[in-house]
Amino acid sequence: MVKASSRWTNLAFQLLAIVLALAFTSLVMILAKADPLEAYRNIVVGSVGSVNKFSDVLVAWVPLLLATSGLLVTYTAGLWNIGVEGQITLGAIFTTWALRVLQDSTLSPGLIIVIGFLSGALGGMLWASVVAFLKIYGGVNEIFGGLGMNFVATALTIWLIFGPWKRPGIGSMSGTEPFKEALWLPTFTGLRISPWSLVVGIVGIAVIYLLLQGTYFGLKLKAVGRNRRAAFLLGIPTTQYMWAAFLLCGLFAGLAGAVQVLGVYHRLIPSISSGYGFLGMLVAMLINYQPTWAAPVALFFAALNIGSIQLPIVMKLDSTLSGVLQGALVLAVLLMDGVRQRILRRR
Amino acid sequence: MNVELINIHKWFGPVHANDGITLHIPSGVIQGLLGENGAGKSTLMKILSGFYQADEGEIRLDGKPVKIESPADAIRHGVGMLHQDPLDFPPMRVVDNLLIGHRGGLFPNRAEAIRAMQDLQARFGFNIDPYAYVDTLTVGERQQLEIMRLLWLGARVLILDEPTTGISANQKEKLFATLRALAEQGMTVIFVSHKLEEVEELCHRVAVLRQGRLVGEVEPPYRTEDLVKLMFGKVVVPEDKTHFDSKEPLFRLENLSIEDYRLQIRDVTLTVHRGEVIGLAGMEGSGQRQFLQACAGIIRPVAGDIYLDGKRLTGRPYRDFLEAGITYVPAARLEEGLIPGLTLTEHFVLAEPQEGFVVNRQKAAALTTQRIADFSIKGMPTSTVESLSGGNQQRALLAMLRQPLNLLLLEHPTRGLDIESTIWIWGKLKERCRQGTAIIFTSADLEEILHYSDRILVFFGGKVSQPIEATKTSVEELGQLIGGKGF
Repeated sequence: MVKASSRWTNLAFQLLAIVLALAFTSLVMILAKADPLEAYRNIVVGSVGSVNKFSDVLVAWVPLLLATSGLLVTYTAGLWNIGVEGQITLGAIFTTWALRVLQDSTLSPGLIIVIGFLSGALGGMLWASVVAFLKIYGGVNEIFGGLGMNFVATALTIWLIFGPWKRPGIGSMSGTEPFKEALWLPTFTGLRISPWSLVVGIVGIAVIYLLLQGTYFGLKLKAVGRNRRAAFLLGIPTTQYMWAAFLLCGLFAGLAGAVQVLGVYHRLIPSISSGYGFLGMLVAMLINYQPTWAAPVALFFAALNIGSIQLPIVMKLDSTLSGVLQGALVLAVLLMDGVRQRILRRR
Repeated sequence: MNVELINIHKWFGPVHANDGITLHIPSGVIQGLLGENGAGKSTLMKILSGFYQADEGEIRLDGKPVKIESPADAIRHGVGMLHQDPLDFPPMRVVDNLLIGHRGGLFPNRAEAIRAMQDLQARFGFNIDPYAYVDTLTVGERQQLEIMRLLWLGARVLILDEPTTGISANQKEKLFATLRALAEQGMTVIFVSHKLEEVEELCHRVAVLRQGRLVGEVEPPYRTEDLVKLMFGKVVVPEDKTHFDSKEPLFRLENLSIEDYRLQIRDVTLTVHRGEVIGLAGMEGSGQRQFLQACAGIIRPVAGDIYLDGKRLTGRPYRDFLEAGITYVPAARLEEGLIPGLTLTEHFVLAEPQEGFVVNRQKAAALTTQRIADFSIKGMPTSTVESLSGGNQQRALLAMLRQPLNLLLLEHPTRGLDIESTIWIWGKLKERCRQGTAIIFTSADLEEILHYSDRILVFFGGKVSQPIEATKTSVEELGQLIGGKGF
């Protein structure tokens, strides 16, 4: 029995959570001797203050949304795919690899870019399949497998940048030699965002939404995630569904890595994943693992990231302040959800 | 200790689980608490033992009003509850289980605990090794351990919630003797059950609950019809013994042998006919579960063959068994049968064969409404299965079975259900038999096995008896076999 008032109570608790998160972040800023209102104003101006700024937000939004989309699949299957960071990185490495091999060939740049995307997807799936293999056949918890593979991915990136793929002369932390402009994803004039990135991100979340909300695949995946034993007894091939979840998440993470290379950095850099994997986990938790609100919440988080970039310049505050706010927000929402349930149960 | 419950009210959302219950239980009495599933017995007892707090009402112990806020609080006041499933720590030793919850000191005093335990064992004739691990004990012994623990912690009121589920007849006798001894020593015993015979045999007085209300208090001599009428508000009659055994062979086991780390089942040969019902009797853990799972294709036999309609299924994957129309329904409803978090609609969609890629919502909604009506499930299509009561979960499980089926393997299909639900569920199952489905089921209730089976297999420590005609045996004979006599 759902009472009509419960929707409003839920909303009230969520608003309370946001207030709590803002209060906590403000407290941190006051301790750092900064004016919170000034900081929030700077974040708003820095994210939506101009068309240029907003296009930068979209640049961050697409890979974040892709990572979140992939994670929704593994969460539905009851898996904590913490290895998503490494899967993004491998996507970027495979895309870079494909472009390095093909850049001097006679293929048209458009085709090379498409191959770059596909390679990225493949790289992400490959990295996810290692975690899946360890989990399904070795009994290694996917959290540990994923964590391990994240370290390997970082080490692999550094080795490539300073080793085989180093710039002519000497390798540097600034990454590999940038690709020629023909291999960059075309952007809107004067802006950094590419319409093609937007298409990939939006189509991605739409596919996940339809898959999880309306299909047998989504329902069976949910069954596997909630009770693997009962799902097996009902005749659902649980091993295959776990494989599918890992591979699908790897595919989306790989695409995020490909977007980072093709649309943003045009080369491989050491921290190519930009933490979007972990941030994606926060987004997924905040939206309670349901795809409906993925796009707007990811956009909000991207705006916080971009908006805080200029904090060090204007206010001598570190730009990781956005991370404080994002983390506080997720924890406050989870906390308030727990409080709400306790109160409702008491009644 | 005198227990007084005065005008107790408890709501769960819109459900009025306890509706103004007033009950006075003097010390030295075994008080029965009778009622069908969902009548509010467990809720009332959980309020008395501190698991829940009453929304309204008062509890008095020896005339003194008390506020019981947690189970720890309850035991401080001298109220201890024995739960339906033992709430102990299987990987730990008996003596450490005894010490858990005991107050005093930084270092546990094992010597004292063992001394106290031996006193209690002598008092009740128990025989448990204090250094044994709890997971090596039988359910009955774990109950004995729990009783000793509560007594040692100072319980003077002992609540037992359906304590006879899952223990043998011998252990039941012992439990009853213990409870009688406790009552003679001035303890207050509250015995919660839906089994009429047990309540009639044991209790000095009986209170009957129906739909959250106290509908009657009865003293011996009991008349069964009166109790049934109080429980259900009407007279319930078991349906006729209809049998649909067609003598047409359907399922055949040849020299089937099953092994797992605990027991071995050797050389079972059996032919099951269409429409036939085979009951598996035996103590819990004698191999019935392994036998059912081997028939279902979930565990592989080490030797022998399985045939359905002449087709050899031995060694084939579980999915092939499913497709051949063999279905296994486990006893642990929420652990193995249903998927917590998913709605009734989602369950019915999952149980049906997949059509296309996208779920047809309208069709699913229609199917769900139909099934809910057919199986009288008290729940909405959007209800998650864990929000349903045990009886309704069992109905949902049966509603998920595909049509048609060749062989239905049921593990404790009516465990924990009241008479009315049991009769109703068997009505549904017999309907399947009429359509040609064969049923193999386990039960701890020999009456149920005798009443509904055509033939019976008795299990004892992995040994399996020859099939026994249900009409040619009795509860007494089966009881002997279960105890290992005649093997």
